[in-house]
Amino acid sequence: METVVFPGKFAVLADISSFVTRAAVEAGLDHEATYAVQIAVDEACTNIIEHAYGGEGQGSITCSVETGGTGLTVILTDTGKPFHPEKIRDPNIKVPLSKRKERGLGLYFIRHYMDEVSFEITQDGSNRLVLVKHRGGRG
Amino acid sequence: MDITTTPYKRCTVIKVSGRVDSSTAPKLLEAINQIQHEGQYRIVIEMDAVDFISSSGLWVLVNSQKTSKRYNRGEVILACLPEKIHASLELAGFVPFFKMFPDLTSAVASF
Repeated sequence: METVVFPGKFAVLADISSFVTRAAVEAGLDHEATYAVQIAVDEACTNIIEHAYGGEGQGSITCSVETGGTGLTVILTDTGKPFHPEKIRDPNIKVPLSKRKERGLGLYFIRHYMDEVSFEITQDGSNRLVLVKHRGGRG
Repeated sequence: MDITTTPYKRCTVIKVSGRVDSSTAPKLLEAINQIQHEGQYRIVIEMDAVDFISSSGLWVLVNSQKTSKRYNRGEVILACLPEKIHASLELAGFVPFFKMFPDLTSAVASF
């Protein structure tokens, strides 16, 4: 497992993406699956900065990648506000444009683009999100 | 992310390239808003060189569309959309809000 700690700022999203993309290639994921990981990790980190920390520069994002086995595992840890994904409903994508709310799309994307998504609050109170993408899994 | 703006007779083309995420999406919104403030609401966004777009970037497209369509003063049209970006728009339920053209010429000619 390889781990890098990034500052919780939008400017490093591209660096985080490069880090997980290298791991995705090493794990043997194809282009479609790699893009899925890029989307999920970007949305997750954006949520951490915006919602867990309540803004940029308030804390760090620890990103670990593990390759091998059946694909790629990405673990994102933050020390922001406790996150309760079960309380966040999928957006209603069938309503007119004027009624769409600018929330909830990130988690919806994460759930769709990854094969496995799990979340826990660790003993020291950190938020820990585990994202898995299988080789040859759904896109 | 890079943005190139080209005014045509009946619309303005904004070519976007690179990565549109929470860091760069506000710059894209600002560029589109500037054109709209100048009175041009008929806009083609050329997207073949976009490598990545997150939900924050998709919201920029949607919010720009809302601004353009208000009072029937124009429309934002998408051109040369990569398949993976079309898939994200579809997942978000945003496809019905946009006309899409496979090439720039037909997008510009549609105005």
